[in-house]
Amino acid sequence: MSNMVMSVDDVRRAVTRIAHEILERQQGSASLALVGLQRGGAWLADAIAAAVHAIEPHATVPVGYIDVSMHRDDIGLRPVVPGAISRIDFAVDGTTVVLVDDVLFTGRTVRAAMEGINTYGRPRAVQLAVLVDRGHRELPIRPDYVGKNLPTHVDDDVRATQDGVIITSRVSS
Amino acid sequence: MKHLRSIDELGHDGVVRLLELTRHMVEINARPVPKVPALRGKTVVSLFFEDSTRTRLSFETAAKRLSADTMTFSVSTSSVNKGESLRDTIETISDMGVDAFVVRHKSTGTPWQISDWTNASVVNAGDGWHQHPTQALVDCFTVRQALGVERFDGLTLTIVGDIKHSRVARSNISAFSMLGANVVLVAPPTLLPPDVAHWPVTVSHRLDDVLARTDILYMLRLQSERMSQGHVPNLREYGETFGLDAARAAKLPSTAVIMHPGPMNRGVEMLVDPSALPNSLIHQQVANGVAVRMAVLFDLLAGESSTAHLATVAS
Amino acid sequence: MTGAERIVLKGGRVVDSRGERVVDVAVQRGVVVEVGEQLSGGRTIDASGCVVAPGFVDLHAHLREPGKEEAETIETGSRAGAKGGYTALVAMPNTDPPQDSVAVIDFVREQGKRAGLVEVVPSGCITLGRQGEALAPMAELAAAGVRIFTDDGNGVQDELLMRRAMEYAKGLGVTLAQHCEVATLTKGAVMNECQCCTSLGLPGWPSIAEELMVFRDIELARLTGARVHFLHLSTARSVELVRAAKRDGLPITAEVTPHHLSLDETRLTTFDTVFKVNPPLRSLADIAALRAGVVDGTIDALATDHAPHPRRDKELTLDQAPPGMLGLETALGVALGVLDVSLTQLVRIMSIHPAQIAGIADRHGRDIEPGAPANLVVFDPNATWQVEPETLASKSRNTPYVGMTLRGKVRHTMFNGDITVLHGEAQR
Repeated sequence: MSNMVMSVDDVRRAVTRIAHEILERQQGSASLALVGLQRGGAWLADAIAAAVHAIEPHATVPVGYIDVSMHRDDIGLRPVVPGAISRIDFAVDGTTVVLVDDVLFTGRTVRAAMEGINTYGRPRAVQLAVLVDRGHRELPIRPDYVGKNLPTHVDDDVRATQDGVIITSRVSS
Repeated sequence: MKHLRSIDELGHDGVVRLLELTRHMVEINARPVPKVPALRGKTVVSLFFEDSTRTRLSFETAAKRLSADTMTFSVSTSSVNKGESLRDTIETISDMGVDAFVVRHKSTGTPWQISDWTNASVVNAGDGWHQHPTQALVDCFTVRQALGVERFDGLTLTIVGDIKHSRVARSNISAFSMLGANVVLVAPPTLLPPDVAHWPVTVSHRLDDVLARTDILYMLRLQSERMSQGHVPNLREYGETFGLDAARAAKLPSTAVIMHPGPMNRGVEMLVDPSALPNSLIHQQVANGVAVRMAVLFDLLAGESSTAHLATVAS
Repeated sequence: MTGAERIVLKGGRVVDSRGERVVDVAVQRGVVVEVGEQLSGGRTIDASGCVVAPGFVDLHAHLREPGKEEAETIETGSRAGAKGGYTALVAMPNTDPPQDSVAVIDFVREQGKRAGLVEVVPSGCITLGRQGEALAPMAELAAAGVRIFTDDGNGVQDELLMRRAMEYAKGLGVTLAQHCEVATLTKGAVMNECQCCTSLGLPGWPSIAEELMVFRDIELARLTGARVHFLHLSTARSVELVRAAKRDGLPITAEVTPHHLSLDETRLTTFDTVFKVNPPLRSLADIAALRAGVVDGTIDALATDHAPHPRRDKELTLDQAPPGMLGLETALGVALGVLDVSLTQLVRIMSIHPAQIAGIADRHGRDIEPGAPANLVVFDPNATWQVEPETLASKSRNTPYVGMTLRGKVRHTMFNGDITVLHGEAQR
């Protein structure tokens, strides 16, 4: 059974709010960088960057994308097939990197991304922005910016795109 | 696929998969810290029964960038020279806990023999005159990157030199053909294998005749021992007839690229400084070597080809 | 040893040079004493459904003793021979020391007698140490009973030396057996020079390296009148050359191995060193020509080139592993499977002709009649069996027929009237 829990407008408003919160917390866009997690976080990083630009037209916030396959902790437990290629063509040293992902679940992907970021340099700070936090964390990871907190069953499937967030329950009853 | 022993065993889809994976590895190698934990806890052993510092370092660097542990088996100090059978050597090393063997041997077929005697993956780093699959992957990747194409349909690869004794030629004929290239072999008949009629190639004995229709010119190394074996009268004459000099380079189409597997014999097959040639890919070949070998090791030990899904721990 | 006990082989099809008939054969004190119907008395061995033939003679066995006893000894090789239906084995001279002195010849023969399972017939070297440089003391060796000389493992490369050897051999009335291989053409060779070796990048052993020497020695035999026997011929053109030489009436004989009749070059695509052999496995066309040569009589004999190697040696790389494969215990089954010949012809190529070529026809390969030495084999031409290396009597395991099902199984072998193999089991 599928259920739309965020509409296209809900997503747009959440992105705008996250952009505001980031700027507010950083007190501006200087030395701020966004890194989307391949593949689900890439569009969201682009959307947040666009929202930041709409708020502060003179800001230039670099956006990168990181594929975390090589940093996963389940390598060796299942065949790992990398997705899109990482692209971070700015120096991360001294910046505040906001990792961006669509759905925060166990936290393992974010852990891998935090490790991955370190192969590019040493950021001043690393923060985390997600569109949906669906709970069931397996690691001590907490998002700094959340679009929506969404209680889910551990077996539910959550799809988050620009067009909305859909939750599909795999459990009958 | 548990092993990488030949291009034919890898097949078209395997070649494409590894070339795609290599792009990830190129990106990793460009990072300030070019090291990822992907193969943490895995052990890769290089077993080089024939000297090749370049290939061995390329594999060991690849393994280390993926955080694998590496061991080097040194043949000169080993008990192989004390008459220990190859099988006993392999079984002994396997008992230490090995995930992959990288094997170079002057005898054809050694990687197949070894894979019968171990549970580890076997990567062929060159067996006799037979196969050198990672070199072929390096070469295909380098051409893809340089020409900005994924397939080689309509392109002509001209391989010049000692085809008969060349594992690089055999691997590249397979790999480039799989990706659609026409392959032309240029050599004196003494340096061609006895029966090339069934290969997907055309043969010429005159380099000057094929230069104008060549898109990728691949010069093979001519070892000086071929002279003492009577394959060519002398190296000067070989250079005159089959070497690349400035005049021959000028006959190539302006878009053609020049490759060599190294190490080069300047003054024999290379009569011109390759760095003076605008379209030489020789440095890129070396640079891509590590990335391709990272892709191979990752694929075998953690990726699509791995048996990781057989692990008992639930994901 | 030769028992006083009378033994009657009941109900077998007796096959020898005169054809075949179903009769009983009685043996006593080492000789055939009676051939006829409804024989009785003494111990009876059932031979019904089986062929009773003169015991097989192998012109080409490497027994490895002295020098390489970890591969085979004269005793274990003799046992393998007996299990394969053989009553005589010509021992190849590439031992260490080689069979180029009377002392070694006597040693090999005595070890054969000690084992007592077959007659071990030592061949002598043509050249000292098989080095191809100077003639071995052929007259001394001939006086010690050697009737066949060869440098097997090597061909005699030097034309003048080979001419001299032939001239000398003619004077002694002995046979020269040549391993035909022009060595400069086969340096480092691992397999047949063919399409397969092109792709595998294995150094090729071209057919012409054999054929050039076959041609040379045919012409030298024409010149000198010496008797020449060609070992393990492997190519179509070699068969053609021998056919023409025989047409010219030259004193030429030739043998072929079971493996060259049954296995082709593509076996090496698995890189299994068990298939490395010299001369190499050839093409299907060569196999067809060799079989045709056996059928039309161009090829006189089936010879095993039984070449045991210990596990350790065959577990080297292809370039280093020694060539050769086992043959004694599988020869009959392979021959029956691949050759379209009568049982009489089979007995000719496995017993009668090789006994003549080896110069032992007074006691082997003889017609089964009263007075003939009781060197006999009883085999079931229809029984099938699977080759299991562990059950082989040879000390080595390098059979190329592992797991294959062969048709034709030796039931009993009798050497000088003694039962060496009974119901397929060696008796000692």
